[in-house]
Amino acid sequence: MPEPMGFYTDTTVCIGCKACEVACKEWNQLPSTNGGVNTLSGDSYDNTRRLDGMHWRHVKFIEQFSEDRKDGRWLLMSDVCKHCVHAACLEVCPTGAIIRTEFDTVVIQSNTCNGCRDCIGACPFGVIDINPVSQTAQKCTLCYDRMQGGLEPACSKACPTKSIQFGTIRELRDRAQKRVEQLHQTGETRAYLYGADEKMLGGLNSFYLLVDKPEVYGLPPDPKMPTRNLLPGSVYAVLGAIAVGLAGIFNFRNRGAAPGPEARP
Amino acid sequence: MIDAPSSTWFTAPTHWGWLIVLYFFIGGLAGGSYFLAVLIDLFGRREDRALARIGYYIAFPAIALSGLLLPVDLTRPLRFWHMVIESNTYRPMFKYWSPMSLGVWALLIFGFFSFLSFLAALAEDGRIDRPQLRALRPPGALGTVLAMMGGTAGFYIAGYTGVLLAVTNRPIWSDTPLLGMLFVASAASTSAASIMLLAHRSGLTTPALDDLHRMDDWVTILELLFLIAVVISLGPVAKAWLSAWGVLLLLAVVVGMIAPLVLSWRARQLRHWNVVTSAVLVLLGGFLLRVVIIFSSEAI
Repeated sequence: MPEPMGFYTDTTVCIGCKACEVACKEWNQLPSTNGGVNTLSGDSYDNTRRLDGMHWRHVKFIEQFSEDRKDGRWLLMSDVCKHCVHAACLEVCPTGAIIRTEFDTVVIQSNTCNGCRDCIGACPFGVIDINPVSQTAQKCTLCYDRMQGGLEPACSKACPTKSIQFGTIRELRDRAQKRVEQLHQTGETRAYLYGADEKMLGGLNSFYLLVDKPEVYGLPPDPKMPTRNLLPGSVYAVLGAIAVGLAGIFNFRNRGAAPGPEARP
Repeated sequence: MIDAPSSTWFTAPTHWGWLIVLYFFIGGLAGGSYFLAVLIDLFGRREDRALARIGYYIAFPAIALSGLLLPVDLTRPLRFWHMVIESNTYRPMFKYWSPMSLGVWALLIFGFFSFLSFLAALAEDGRIDRPQLRALRPPGALGTVLAMMGGTAGFYIAGYTGVLLAVTNRPIWSDTPLLGMLFVASAASTSAASIMLLAHRSGLTTPALDDLHRMDDWVTILELLFLIAVVISLGPVAKAWLSAWGVLLLLAVVVGMIAPLVLSWRARQLRHWNVVTSAVLVLLGGFLLRVVIIFSSEAI
């Protein structure tokens, strides 16, 4: 059994070149948006805008500028499926289309998915969406086919600054921790790791080095499993049914089950 | 996003639209009507059986229609069976912790029970010449067992949709565990309204109609209380309803809950017309409630 594999993304060295997006699209033969018609976002240099069924990698441009535009900074982050150890999508999928691979990654089997879209609402990171060509839910597979052939995923291979690093989770965590320490020593004390330990959904197999709050990057500060509501939701529903049942019994109780003439229209 | 009131704001919409709203509404009617019919059968008098029959007449066609709506909503409808049979191993596909998985099985099970009760109702009405089918309804032992099992499945169908929404990570839906409870009350209320409407249309007169009307008032009050509990449990997330959705929700409350209660209390002398008016209002309000809950989250 291979060791758990994944990505460590150091956002401080991302230059927003989007080579990862292109490599992902190319390898996975993902279609272009609107049949290739150039669609600009109009309010950002980022025209991909979000992860979905056709964009399994998305370099986010977080443009933080003052009102007068004299001061500002760009935060860049190549976003992708987090391949959570406790994966919400896998948990709710009613067809068994979503599986955990031997590399501890999470893959949607397109030939099994029937497009119920439960996984889309379950994913705490908004990663999954319907691919309009296959009409199934799709997301990053961490290049499962390449990994089975001993190759690294297309995006990390294409990344020119090593912002996206691929490897065993154990090794990546060590490397990321050293990088945080290095940044702290050089004065960037805001640097921290997002999702690198078990506290967040059992650990994210794609984790990040960030220098601002998660919300700034469009990441949830407190992602949770959807089944947290299963037991309380069911208990409250049963209580509701008991209350309704009692209302019914109370209103019909005096009438008993004694035989009598049946009402007819 | 920086000021998001909950981590659920960082998720993507499911694209569940009108078909799902319709399914939630009609599925609720199916489960609720059956549940009420069983209550009337078990706790009512013999003369009330005609009223319970209406419940069975609603339940089966409604669940059959629901069974059609769900596959049509899939982006790959021909793969609907993947929810029942694992497509790789051909073993039964069942996950008790996934409300959608459990819901598909509940649909099949409830469909079976509601079909049996539907046949029993037809036989009692003399519409099919099989008197032995009457045993599929209480008060006989077999009928009672079937009614209790079907009633439980009916309750599940009425409420699981709320739990299904809660077991996601979407805004509003998963920010409260109370939607299942709200949907159960709403399903009972809309089902009582449907039974009363059909009873009125067929000219059925039985004292049980008054009981049902009174019960509907009680359930409507419960529904209102449950909705208030939902809003309170949402906390800061409830601000998502400080919008056009909130106005629509208010309309659902006024139309589907407050107006029928007022009609019920203030104008008993116009009973026949009141029954029709308040039943139609309850149905409209129940539908609007589901529209607001589904679409207000989808819009985020």
